[in-house]
Amino acid sequence: MIHSLFLINCSGDIFLEKHWKSVVSQSVCDYFFEAQEKAADVENVPPVISTPHHYLISIYRDKLFFVSVIQTEVPPLFVIEFLHRVADTFQDYFGECSEAAIKDNVVIVYELLEEMLDNGFPLATESNILKELIKPPTILRSVVNSITGSSNVGDTLPTGQLSNIPWRRAGVKYTNNEAYFDVVEEIDAIIDKSGSTVFAEIQGVIDACIKLSGMPDLSLSFMNPRLLDDVSFHPCIRFKRWESERVLSFIPPDGNFRLISYRVSSQNLVAIPVYVKHSISFKENSSCGRFDITIGPKQNMGKTIEGITVTVHMPKVVLNMNLTTTQGSYTFDPVTKVLTWDVGKITPQKLPSLKGLVNLQSGAPKPEENPSLNIQFKIQQLAISGLKVNRLDMYGEKYKPFKGVKYVTKAGKFQVRT
Amino acid sequence: MSAAPAYSEDKGGSAGPGEPEYGHDPASGGIFSSDYKRHDDLKEMLDTNKDSLKLEAMKRIVAMIARGKNASDLFPAVVKNVACKNIEVKKLVYVYLVRYAEEQQDLALLSISTFQRGLKDPNQLIRASALRVLSSIRVPIIVPIMMLAIKEAASDMSPYVRKTAAHAIPKLYSLDSDQKDQLIEVIEKLLADKTTLVAGSVVMAFEEVCPERIDLIHKNYRKLCNLLIDVEEWGQVVIISMLTRYARTQFLSPTQNESLLEENAEKAFYGSEEDEAKGAGSEETAAAALPARKPYIMDPDHRLLLRNTKPLLQSRSAAVVMAVAQLYFHLAPKAEVGVIAKALVRLLRSHSEVQYVVLQNVATMSIKRRLEVLTNLANETNIPTVLREFQTYIRSMDKDFVAATIQAIGRCATNIGRVRDTCLNGLVQLLSNRDELVVAESVVVIKKLLQMQPAQHGEIIKHLAKLTDNIQVPMARASILWLIGEYCEHVPRIAPDVLRKMAKSFTAEEDIVKLQVINLAAKLYLTNSKQTKLLTQYVLSLAKYDQNYDIRDRARFTRQLIVPSEQGGALSRHAKKLFLAPKPAPVLESSFKDRDHFQLGSLSHLLNAKATGYQELPDWPEEAPDPSVRNVEVPEWTKCSNREKRKEKEKPFYSDSEGESGPTESADSDPESESESDSKSSSESGSGESSSESDNEDQDEDEEKGRGSESEQSEEDGKRKTKKKVPEGKGEASSSDEDSDSSSSTSESEMTSESEEEQLEPASWRRKTPPSSKRAPATKEISLLDLEDFTPPSVQPVSPPAIVSTSLAADLEGLTLTDSTLVPSLLSPVSRVGRQELLHRVAGEGLVVDYTFSRQPFSGDPHMVSVHIHFSNSSDTPIKGLHVGTPKLPAGISIQEFPEIESLAPGESATAVMGINFCDSTQAANFQLCTQTRQFYVSIQPPVGELMAPVFMSENEFKKEQGKLMGMNEITEKLMLPDTCRSDHVVVQKVTATANLGRVPCGTSDEYRFAGRTLTSGSLVLLTLDARPAGAAQLTVNSEKMVIGTMLVKDVIQALTQ
Repeated sequence: MIHSLFLINCSGDIFLEKHWKSVVSQSVCDYFFEAQEKAADVENVPPVISTPHHYLISIYRDKLFFVSVIQTEVPPLFVIEFLHRVADTFQDYFGECSEAAIKDNVVIVYELLEEMLDNGFPLATESNILKELIKPPTILRSVVNSITGSSNVGDTLPTGQLSNIPWRRAGVKYTNNEAYFDVVEEIDAIIDKSGSTVFAEIQGVIDACIKLSGMPDLSLSFMNPRLLDDVSFHPCIRFKRWESERVLSFIPPDGNFRLISYRVSSQNLVAIPVYVKHSISFKENSSCGRFDITIGPKQNMGKTIEGITVTVHMPKVVLNMNLTTTQGSYTFDPVTKVLTWDVGKITPQKLPSLKGLVNLQSGAPKPEENPSLNIQFKIQQLAISGLKVNRLDMYGEKYKPFKGVKYVTKAGKFQVRT
Repeated sequence: MSAAPAYSEDKGGSAGPGEPEYGHDPASGGIFSSDYKRHDDLKEMLDTNKDSLKLEAMKRIVAMIARGKNASDLFPAVVKNVACKNIEVKKLVYVYLVRYAEEQQDLALLSISTFQRGLKDPNQLIRASALRVLSSIRVPIIVPIMMLAIKEAASDMSPYVRKTAAHAIPKLYSLDSDQKDQLIEVIEKLLADKTTLVAGSVVMAFEEVCPERIDLIHKNYRKLCNLLIDVEEWGQVVIISMLTRYARTQFLSPTQNESLLEENAEKAFYGSEEDEAKGAGSEETAAAALPARKPYIMDPDHRLLLRNTKPLLQSRSAAVVMAVAQLYFHLAPKAEVGVIAKALVRLLRSHSEVQYVVLQNVATMSIKRRLEVLTNLANETNIPTVLREFQTYIRSMDKDFVAATIQAIGRCATNIGRVRDTCLNGLVQLLSNRDELVVAESVVVIKKLLQMQPAQHGEIIKHLAKLTDNIQVPMARASILWLIGEYCEHVPRIAPDVLRKMAKSFTAEEDIVKLQVINLAAKLYLTNSKQTKLLTQYVLSLAKYDQNYDIRDRARFTRQLIVPSEQGGALSRHAKKLFLAPKPAPVLESSFKDRDHFQLGSLSHLLNAKATGYQELPDWPEEAPDPSVRNVEVPEWTKCSNREKRKEKEKPFYSDSEGESGPTESADSDPESESESDSKSSSESGSGESSSESDNEDQDEDEEKGRGSESEQSEEDGKRKTKKKVPEGKGEASSSDEDSDSSSSTSESEMTSESEEEQLEPASWRRKTPPSSKRAPATKEISLLDLEDFTPPSVQPVSPPAIVSTSLAADLEGLTLTDSTLVPSLLSPVSRVGRQELLHRVAGEGLVVDYTFSRQPFSGDPHMVSVHIHFSNSSDTPIKGLHVGTPKLPAGISIQEFPEIESLAPGESATAVMGINFCDSTQAANFQLCTQTRQFYVSIQPPVGELMAPVFMSENEFKKEQGKLMGMNEITEKLMLPDTCRSDHVVVQKVTATANLGRVPCGTSDEYRFAGRTLTSGSLVLLTLDARPAGAAQLTVNSEKMVIGTMLVKDVIQALTQ
């Protein structure tokens, strides 16, 4: 399966290589560099590249390329998924998945990679198991190690590896037992010229941070579970229980993890919290145009909408923009032709607006279409789908945990066509 | 920060300021000597007694390896430390060894003994890592040692070590492929392993070493299906793709015909997702309206796979979701494929790489990719939305994108007739667009569309003709010309004018346009020679001196063809036919069309090229291979007793968590229980009990008790099931949980618990009884359904009374309850006439019952097939009061029971004759065989050849009758006779063995004729075999009963070609 892995930074240095079978020369990466040059953008490097003797499957994460070398047929998603898991593990161990972090901890990285794959096939990828095998670096531990000569490597098989719940290790102990859930929803929407919704859906996730001692068995129930349209679960969730009772019942992994991700796609359920009034026009045969947008709240369920930013990719013929704004600040980058308007909070009493003139390159034909507006916003304390956690029960342990739920709604790919 | 000396040192070694110190630059050879010196400090550190120094040295060495620097000269120094006590040093030494052992094989051998010692270590982690390193060092000399180690580890106590053994298999195989046979043995052993931990790894090894040995999977198929949900995600992917291949070889295609049974169940299941499966839904209803032809019934094992993989669509891992999606795509009936859509859409929100792959799979790059997806999803209902979306796209600035959009519109229009006009109008409007590319693309698409229905669109053609003046893009010009030429009769006045214009600018045109001008000229010449004769000649002579030889050729060719001359007369007469032949409308297809021969989700599919190691996805088999191979053997007795004990222990657990616990759950919620205690144990423990009974025949009394308790339990299970209203389940505990889907059939609740108990009992028995006995009881359960198809309405009006429907529900229940496999036996009837088993010794508690078709007319009723039933008692108590209990027969089928056999002493045998009127269908007759104490459900299914009796007729009569039975009533098939089967004698013998027909004398030597009448309706069945010298032969069956005819042809061919 996975033959070798190369980690490459943005400037094209191969700073780490690991081989699980016989050694593959670094020169195989030349094919990757070739493809990288062809691609306009770093993010557009094709994830799968075919070379005469190998196949390269790569991912781009946190400004690093993880390039794996494959020799035989394997589902590409399998490899991609694994590479992301590797990146997640680095993130988990070192707090960030950056070149510096990896270089600083190269030995741990190597030990991790050694444990994660055996002969190219995943062996232990569950963070809890890995953490028992190879302890994450902490300052305290390295002090102790240097004094006592003990090591970071566990010498017994992690209990999780053999149990039915590989995601949780035995003997977890906390003095404060806490369980926090963050319900984060993103609205993806396309609003057409006239203000009607072409497409809208909500992508939600529930991230959990669970610090509970022992083997707690949790069940999380919702006020309105039927809202959830398409759900994907962390392996710890008991599927049957969800199917029959719509309750999330699970023995949680220790620490941070994504409990579920879901989608609410039925359009009439998706409330659109903002509206935009716009009038953008370019005059034929003249070098200027008008630009006027106003943004206002709509269906915000009594919560303030904050962190609003409007980004507009103006047509290439636009030279400059002379605008005035009633709130916030705007910038226009004449090179990339991107207009960014940082609005901030909306107060219904005074709607923020941005208007003025657009200077066009003289002589060029007027743009055929108006640019679309990309909007970012955030609403605290609200899950726009209306999803509400009803209660969290814990079984199997005696103590009383501290529980908390937080809701946030954000704009995902929120686009208004003009 | 003095806190982290080790790390900061280490950093120094790997990167940053310290880098040049260890940097080994191969380009500058001069540094070599100093290089050794540089490593001296490391060697020193490795030689000390202090672990901390060793550790640090190793860390620096590993850092070098990680950077791709050569550290091979340190090999001797490092290898010494392989036995180091410090686990971290040891691990790092392992890392080093694995990297360099291949280069320094001799030195590497020094370490082997350490690993051998490690393999015996009490710590499983150490055993496992010793095996891992031993198998990873790629030194051919140690192959025998590896082999031994793998074999040993394969039976290790620790599943983790067994998993490592599974990983080591492909490593050894790549090192020395001669070990294949031995490795297969190990794989076989590991495949039987029941822990989830091992499952994924061993299937991986299987895929790498012996993917062709599909037969190894049979016995483990059901276990793999059931374990699947608990296996870690990587294993899931591998197992799913392997099972996809497996299923393709073992089951029949579900798409040829949807079965009524599935539909009813599935409809209710997926009711909520109807919108997803809308397209498929309509098909479904259409199929339901035609219940008359549905000879397909899904193998329960096939269903088991689909059912067990469905929850995995909700996995967080994109790879798993994709794997399940491809499985559904390749294996599920059309109606069910819809369920994967949602999950795939969800994946689109994931990392961009995942999106890329998923989109590739669903349909091309960035935005175009999106269009592919849209059009492929487009159907009647959503088309307005899609078109509106396209409208927005068309205004986009990216012209390539616009062009792609237009093509997509074209595809939509071709696929959906209703919107074709709208699309066409829209496209015509686009023709006035400023951008040439857009116009050109539109013209091309319009051309394709018009080709489909030219008559109504004279106007558009005229408009296009006008455009020739403006459009410069050659492809578009060529398209317009072609259109005009093709439909010149619709625009008789404009066409010559266009030609005139084109002739004027001929020399300046692109090649592709010139060719079309010649074409147009030729066509016009043929239809309207008066006006265009001169023009054509002008064009042709211009073309004759063109630079492009294609054009010169074409001109010459055209001239010869159309211009009448003395020699070419014959050709020119046909010229009109040649040029003006109606052309079939093109099919606008997406460029993804040709990828479908690769397994979805595979690397090969993504690259559209075969990758090394790609396993072709086999086509569905014509006939299902014997499904009984998946039945699992009765486990040995000793093992059972253990299991029994365990079962006792587990019982409370199961009953506590009744309604909700399942394999997944039990696994989750009971962390203390060993990993072995998951899903399969319950099913096996049940069977364990039954087998212990059968092996212990002398303990009849106890047996009865055991049985009692079991049935009690199954009753309990039964109740639970009713409570949950789950329509299908494959057997007691293991199953009920799998089918989560809330369900449909409430009729089932009408069933008395008693009857359910009866149903369940044999079910639990059947599962573990040897294969042969399975067939009979299993087929019995589908019989009711089959009836409706195969009973020809003319003879036996189909009457589904209410009672039947309840029992139908009961049978449905039984059907899926049985884990044993249902053969779609109608498709592959048994062709031998020998003894068949009705009741196996184990299932019958010592009573063995076989049956044969005697082919003697049944004395009581000429319409009945006489069946000889042989009883023998192999138990050691007499069996009393053998008789046929109340038969539960499908309409039309009737049974003449045999007289009761009062007593059958141990060791004794008896034979009885019974008559069955099968009503000219291959429905199984189900009945109960009762003894004083027990009732057995049995069923007899006749091969089609037994449903008839020979008729003797002369050749002339035969020909006359055959003449009456032509057309629909005639079924002809070609076959190749194998060498062994070419003599008269063999052919006749084989045919008559397959079907109860009489030979009809025949004049010619290579022809064989047989005649017979069906028993119930007395319809003639005439069979003719025309054997040609080389072994090619043609088989013709004439019969009013087409179903019988078809099946007979199949059977006879099977008999002859085997």
